[in-house]
Amino acid sequence: MKINKEQNGQTLTVTVDGRIDTLTSPKLEAELKSSLEGITELIFDFTKVDYVSSAGLRVLLNAQKTMDTKGEMVITGCSEDLIDVFEITGFADILTIK
Amino acid sequence: MKSIVVSADINNLDRVIEFVTEALEGSECPVRIRRQIEISVEEVFVNIAKYAYPPKEGDATITYEVTAEGVIRIAFTDKGMPYDPLAKPDPDITAPAKDRPIGGLGVYITKKNMDKMWYEYVDGQNILTMEKSIRG
Repeated sequence: MKINKEQNGQTLTVTVDGRIDTLTSPKLEAELKSSLEGITELIFDFTKVDYVSSAGLRVLLNAQKTMDTKGEMVITGCSEDLIDVFEITGFADILTIK
Repeated sequence: MKSIVVSADINNLDRVIEFVTEALEGSECPVRIRRQIEISVEEVFVNIAKYAYPPKEGDATITYEVTAEGVIRIAFTDKGMPYDPLAKPDPDITAPAKDRPIGGLGVYITKKNMDKMWYEYVDGQNILTMEKSIRG
Protein backbone atom coordinates (compact mmCIF):
# COMPACT_ATOMS: atom_id res chain seq x y z
CA MET A 1 0.00 0.00 0.00
CA LYS A 2 1.20 3.47 -0.86
CA ILE A 3 0.00 6.60 0.89
CA ASN A 4 0.37 10.10 -0.47
CA LYS A 5 -0.53 13.14 1.63
CA GLU A 6 -1.10 16.61 0.33
CA GLN A 7 -1.90 19.48 2.62
CA ASN A 8 -3.44 22.71 1.45
CA GLY A 9 -4.12 25.04 4.36
CA GLN A 10 -6.41 23.12 6.70
CA THR A 11 -7.34 20.56 4.07
CA LEU A 12 -5.50 17.26 3.92
CA THR A 13 -5.94 14.92 0.97
CA VAL A 14 -4.80 11.36 1.56
CA THR A 15 -4.47 9.23 -1.56
CA VAL A 16 -4.17 5.51 -0.95
CA ASP A 17 -3.00 2.99 -3.52
CA GLY A 18 -3.49 -0.70 -2.72
CA ARG A 19 -5.24 -2.81 -0.13
CA ILE A 20 -6.33 -1.60 3.27
CA ASP A 21 -6.15 -4.82 5.25
CA THR A 22 -4.92 -6.19 8.57
CA LEU A 23 -1.28 -5.86 7.52
CA THR A 24 -1.42 -2.41 5.90
CA SER A 25 -3.98 -0.55 8.00
CA PRO A 26 -1.58 0.18 10.91
CA LYS A 27 0.51 2.21 8.45
CA LEU A 28 -2.51 4.27 7.40
CA GLU A 29 -3.52 4.76 11.02
CA ALA A 30 -0.03 5.98 11.93
CA GLU A 31 0.07 8.36 8.95
CA LEU A 32 -3.25 9.87 9.98
CA LYS A 33 -2.31 10.16 13.61
CA SER A 34 0.70 12.27 12.75
CA SER A 35 -1.09 14.52 10.24
CA LEU A 36 -4.49 15.56 11.55
CA GLU A 37 -3.44 18.36 13.83
CA GLY A 38 -5.01 21.62 12.64
CA ILE A 39 -6.86 19.85 9.81
CA THR A 40 -10.54 20.69 9.41
CA GLU A 41 -11.16 18.89 6.13
CA LEU A 42 -9.87 15.37 5.51
CA ILE A 43 -10.33 13.97 2.02
CA PHE A 44 -9.52 10.36 1.16
CA ASP A 45 -8.97 9.51 -2.48
CA PHE A 46 -9.68 5.78 -2.80
CA THR A 47 -9.63 5.61 -6.60
CA LYS A 48 -6.81 3.07 -6.39
CA VAL A 49 -8.12 1.10 -3.42
CA ASP A 50 -9.78 -2.16 -4.36
CA TYR A 51 -10.00 -3.84 -0.97
CA VAL A 52 -11.00 -2.76 2.53
CA SER A 53 -11.42 -5.30 5.33
CA SER A 54 -12.68 -4.70 8.86
CA ALA A 55 -9.18 -3.59 9.88
CA GLY A 56 -9.46 -0.75 7.36
CA LEU A 57 -12.95 0.11 8.53
CA ARG A 58 -11.61 0.54 12.05
CA VAL A 59 -9.08 3.10 10.83
CA LEU A 60 -11.78 4.98 8.90
CA LEU A 61 -14.09 4.92 11.91
CA ASN A 62 -11.39 6.37 14.15
CA ALA A 63 -10.59 9.06 11.57
CA GLN A 64 -14.30 9.88 11.30
CA LYS A 65 -14.59 10.19 15.08
CA THR A 66 -11.59 12.52 15.18
CA MET A 67 -12.88 14.68 12.33
CA ASP A 68 -16.39 14.81 13.85
CA THR A 69 -14.88 16.85 16.66
CA LYS A 70 -13.28 19.47 14.40
CA GLY A 71 -14.43 19.41 10.81
CA GLU A 72 -15.36 17.01 8.09
CA MET A 73 -14.16 13.90 6.35
CA VAL A 74 -14.99 12.85 2.81
CA ILE A 75 -14.13 9.68 0.89
CA THR A 76 -13.90 9.94 -2.88
CA GLY A 77 -13.23 7.53 -5.73
CA CYS A 78 -14.87 4.45 -4.19
CA SER A 79 -15.50 1.48 -6.45
CA GLU A 80 -18.73 -0.48 -6.21
CA ASP A 81 -16.93 -3.22 -4.26
CA LEU A 82 -15.87 -0.70 -1.65
CA ILE A 83 -19.33 0.81 -1.42
CA ASP A 84 -20.63 -2.73 -0.92
CA VAL A 85 -18.48 -3.17 2.19
CA PHE A 86 -19.55 0.26 3.49
CA GLU A 87 -23.19 -0.59 2.93
CA ILE A 88 -23.32 -4.04 4.50
CA THR A 89 -21.59 -2.73 7.62
CA GLY A 90 -23.75 0.39 7.91
CA PHE A 91 -20.63 2.52 7.40
CA ALA A 92 -22.34 4.16 4.42
CA ASP A 93 -24.51 5.96 7.01
CA ILE A 94 -21.67 7.43 9.03
CA LEU A 95 -19.13 8.13 6.29
CA THR A 96 -19.51 10.82 3.66
CA ILE A 97 -18.90 9.11 0.34
CA LYS A 98 -18.70 11.26 -2.78
CA MET B 1 -9.45 -30.87 -1.87
CA LYS B 2 -6.31 -28.84 -1.22
CA SER B 3 -4.91 -27.79 2.11
CA ILE B 4 -2.07 -25.90 3.76
CA VAL B 5 -0.91 -25.66 7.32
CA VAL B 6 0.57 -22.37 8.47
CA SER B 7 1.40 -20.96 11.84
CA ALA B 8 -1.51 -18.83 13.00
CA ASP B 9 0.30 -15.53 12.55
CA ILE B 10 -1.08 -12.47 10.75
CA ASN B 11 2.16 -12.28 8.78
CA ASN B 12 0.98 -15.39 6.93
CA LEU B 13 -2.16 -13.59 5.75
CA ASP B 14 -1.00 -12.95 2.17
CA ARG B 15 0.10 -16.56 1.83
CA VAL B 16 -3.28 -17.84 2.99
CA ILE B 17 -5.19 -15.51 0.66
CA GLU B 18 -2.97 -16.53 -2.27
CA PHE B 19 -3.55 -20.19 -1.47
CA VAL B 20 -7.32 -19.85 -1.49
CA THR B 21 -7.52 -17.59 -4.54
CA GLU B 22 -5.54 -20.17 -6.54
CA ALA B 23 -8.84 -22.00 -6.60
CA LEU B 24 -10.37 -19.13 -8.57
CA GLU B 25 -7.63 -18.82 -11.20
CA GLY B 26 -8.98 -19.72 -14.59
CA SER B 27 -12.56 -19.77 -13.30
CA GLU B 28 -15.15 -17.27 -14.39
CA CYS B 29 -15.50 -16.00 -10.83
CA PRO B 30 -16.38 -12.27 -11.04
CA VAL B 31 -13.91 -9.88 -9.39
CA ARG B 32 -16.60 -8.77 -6.94
CA ILE B 33 -17.07 -12.32 -5.63
CA ARG B 34 -13.33 -12.89 -5.54
CA ARG B 35 -12.93 -9.79 -3.31
CA GLN B 36 -15.73 -10.96 -1.03
CA ILE B 37 -14.00 -14.31 -0.64
CA GLU B 38 -10.60 -12.69 -0.03
CA ILE B 39 -12.01 -10.40 2.65
CA SER B 40 -13.79 -13.33 4.32
CA VAL B 41 -10.60 -15.40 4.35
CA GLU B 42 -8.75 -12.47 5.88
CA GLU B 43 -11.34 -11.92 8.59
CA VAL B 44 -11.44 -15.57 9.67
CA PHE B 45 -7.70 -16.17 9.51
CA VAL B 46 -6.90 -12.97 11.40
CA ASN B 47 -9.38 -13.94 14.12
CA ILE B 48 -7.62 -17.27 14.54
CA ALA B 49 -4.21 -15.58 14.57
CA LYS B 50 -5.32 -13.06 17.18
CA TYR B 51 -7.42 -15.18 19.49
CA ALA B 52 -7.02 -18.95 19.08
CA TYR B 53 -3.65 -19.49 20.73
CA PRO B 54 -2.08 -16.35 22.19
CA PRO B 55 0.02 -16.03 24.23
CA LYS B 56 1.07 -19.41 22.86
CA GLU B 57 1.62 -20.23 19.21
CA GLY B 58 -0.14 -22.77 17.05
CA ASP B 59 -1.11 -23.78 13.56
CA ALA B 60 -4.10 -23.18 11.35
CA THR B 61 -5.09 -25.54 8.56
CA ILE B 62 -6.94 -24.11 5.59
CA THR B 63 -8.59 -26.39 3.06
CA TYR B 64 -10.70 -25.66 0.03
CA GLU B 65 -12.55 -27.45 -2.68
CA VAL B 66 -14.68 -26.28 -5.56
CA THR B 67 -17.71 -28.47 -6.21
CA ALA B 68 -19.04 -29.42 -9.62
CA GLU B 69 -21.83 -26.92 -9.00
CA GLY B 70 -19.30 -24.08 -8.79
CA VAL B 71 -19.37 -23.62 -5.04
CA ILE B 72 -16.14 -22.98 -3.17
CA ARG B 73 -16.03 -24.51 0.28
CA ILE B 74 -13.28 -23.24 2.57
CA ALA B 75 -12.57 -24.67 6.02
CA PHE B 76 -10.35 -23.26 8.77
CA THR B 77 -9.19 -25.60 11.51
CA ASP B 78 -7.26 -24.74 14.65
CA LYS B 79 -6.52 -26.43 17.96
CA GLY B 80 -6.88 -23.30 20.03
CA MET B 81 -9.43 -22.64 22.71
CA PRO B 82 -12.99 -23.58 21.74
CA TYR B 83 -14.64 -20.55 20.17
CA ASP B 84 -17.68 -20.23 17.97
CA PRO B 85 -17.47 -16.87 16.22
CA LEU B 86 -20.97 -17.33 14.82
CA ALA B 87 -22.51 -17.46 18.30
CA LYS B 88 -21.74 -13.79 18.88
CA PRO B 89 -24.61 -11.36 18.32
CA ASP B 90 -24.23 -9.11 15.27
CA PRO B 91 -22.81 -5.65 15.95
CA ASP B 92 -25.16 -2.66 15.96
CA ILE B 93 -24.60 -1.24 12.48
CA THR B 94 -27.00 1.67 12.96
CA ALA B 95 -25.24 3.43 15.86
CA PRO B 96 -23.71 6.87 15.27
CA ALA B 97 -19.93 6.96 14.70
CA LYS B 98 -19.09 7.77 18.31
CA ASP B 99 -20.96 4.70 19.60
CA ARG B 100 -19.93 2.27 16.87
CA PRO B 101 -18.65 -1.02 18.21
CA ILE B 102 -15.22 -1.90 16.85
CA GLY B 103 -15.41 -5.62 17.51
CA GLY B 104 -17.46 -8.18 15.65
CA LEU B 105 -17.36 -6.40 12.30
CA GLY B 106 -15.09 -8.94 10.64
CA VAL B 107 -17.35 -11.88 11.38
CA TYR B 108 -20.36 -9.83 10.34
CA ILE B 109 -18.81 -8.95 6.96
CA THR B 110 -17.92 -12.61 6.44
CA LYS B 111 -21.46 -13.75 7.19
CA LYS B 112 -22.80 -11.22 4.69
CA ASN B 113 -20.22 -12.09 2.02
CA MET B 114 -20.55 -15.85 2.10
CA ASP B 115 -23.62 -17.91 1.22
CA LYS B 116 -23.27 -20.29 4.16
CA MET B 117 -21.11 -20.66 7.27
CA TRP B 118 -21.05 -23.17 10.05
CA TYR B 119 -18.93 -23.99 13.08
CA GLU B 120 -18.04 -27.32 14.67
CA TYR B 121 -15.82 -28.33 17.57
CA VAL B 122 -14.52 -31.82 16.87
CA ASP B 123 -11.70 -33.72 18.59
CA GLY B 124 -10.33 -30.61 20.24
CA GLN B 125 -10.44 -28.60 17.02
CA ASN B 126 -12.37 -25.52 15.98
CA ILE B 127 -13.59 -25.97 12.42
CA LEU B 128 -15.20 -23.03 10.66
CA THR B 129 -16.47 -23.79 7.17
CA MET B 130 -17.87 -21.39 4.63
CA GLU B 131 -19.31 -21.70 1.16
CA LYS B 132 -20.00 -19.42 -1.74
CA SER B 133 -21.06 -19.85 -5.31
CA ILE B 134 -18.32 -18.51 -7.57
CA ARG B 135 -20.52 -18.28 -10.62
CA GLY B 136 -21.90 -14.85 -9.91
